[in-house]
Amino acid sequence: MNGSPSSGTAHAVQIRGYLAVFAALLVLTVVTVAVASLDLSESATVAVAVTIATFKAALVAMFFMHLKGEKPLVFWSLGLTGVLFAALFAFLLWTEGDRLVGTRFLDAFGNAPKTAPSEGVH
Amino acid sequence: MDALPYTTTVRPDTGLTSPKLGIWLFLASEVMLFGSLFSAYALLRSGAPVWPDQSATLSVPLATLNTVILISSSVTMVLAWAGAASGRLSRYRLFMGLTLLGGALFLVVKWIEYSDKFSHGLYPSTNNFLALYFTMTGLHAIHVIAGMVVNAYLIGPGVRMWTKDHLRFTNRVEIAGIYWHFVDVVWIFLFPVLYLL
Repeated sequence: MNGSPSSGTAHAVQIRGYLAVFAALLVLTVVTVAVASLDLSESATVAVAVTIATFKAALVAMFFMHLKGEKPLVFWSLGLTGVLFAALFAFLLWTEGDRLVGTRFLDAFGNAPKTAPSEGVH
Repeated sequence: MDALPYTTTVRPDTGLTSPKLGIWLFLASEVMLFGSLFSAYALLRSGAPVWPDQSATLSVPLATLNTVILISSSVTMVLAWAGAASGRLSRYRLFMGLTLLGGALFLVVKWIEYSDKFSHGLYPSTNNFLALYFTMTGLHAIHVIAGMVVNAYLIGPGVRMWTKDHLRFTNRVEIAGIYWHFVDVVWIFLFPVLYLL
């Protein structure tokens, strides 16, 4: 996708492709708003919204940013970024995980802590 | 004579032109910049005992309009590149002009939103949600402005390169486009996270 279109026909095909991606992005925007207005559970709303946003971002990256058919070095750079981005959220889940899933960390003997952290003396 | 090598020819060891590699490395750093704010949002929200009703605090219709505006400006940007690549100056000028217009419209809508919040006494200091909202959308708006400056240069004084070194000019438009589309991608995530969830 790096070079110039070789002929008028190829050029027209390419533009039709961009317009198709445009239409898909508009439809997905409407779907995002429509799903959010439904009375789904919070986790389902988050999952649907993030999934659609990721798909839209992939469409923009693949076609508008010419990532489709790009050289390996670009994908390696983005892959490393993806790992670091995931690590950012993994650290967060480790600190918040007990609260998010409604469990508490156990002590060395497999028992729940006897006192709540807020009861500690400062 | 060319001071910068590999602006139009592919560098053998990377397989890319240097501007192409440069923009992707820059965008990788941008992913982490916005990623830090998205993770801050997730941490503060998951730790908060109560959280404001986001879609009631902000205007979903205005944000939806801005989503359509920014997606449209992404399309006009890629059509401007296609116009430049096929050597049609008038088409390039038309679509690059529309891209600039899209950026300007986005900022006008954003300004209307911000003014509305301020007039209702809603500031970044009001609560954690609004602090995140203003920080994330503010940083994004700065990126829109930066992209508009580059695009204005490419339709203004920068267009001199059209006849002097057409391939290099086309590559510049493509690189500016990749940045502009990234700004669109960030908004694609900001919109549901800040307005709909």
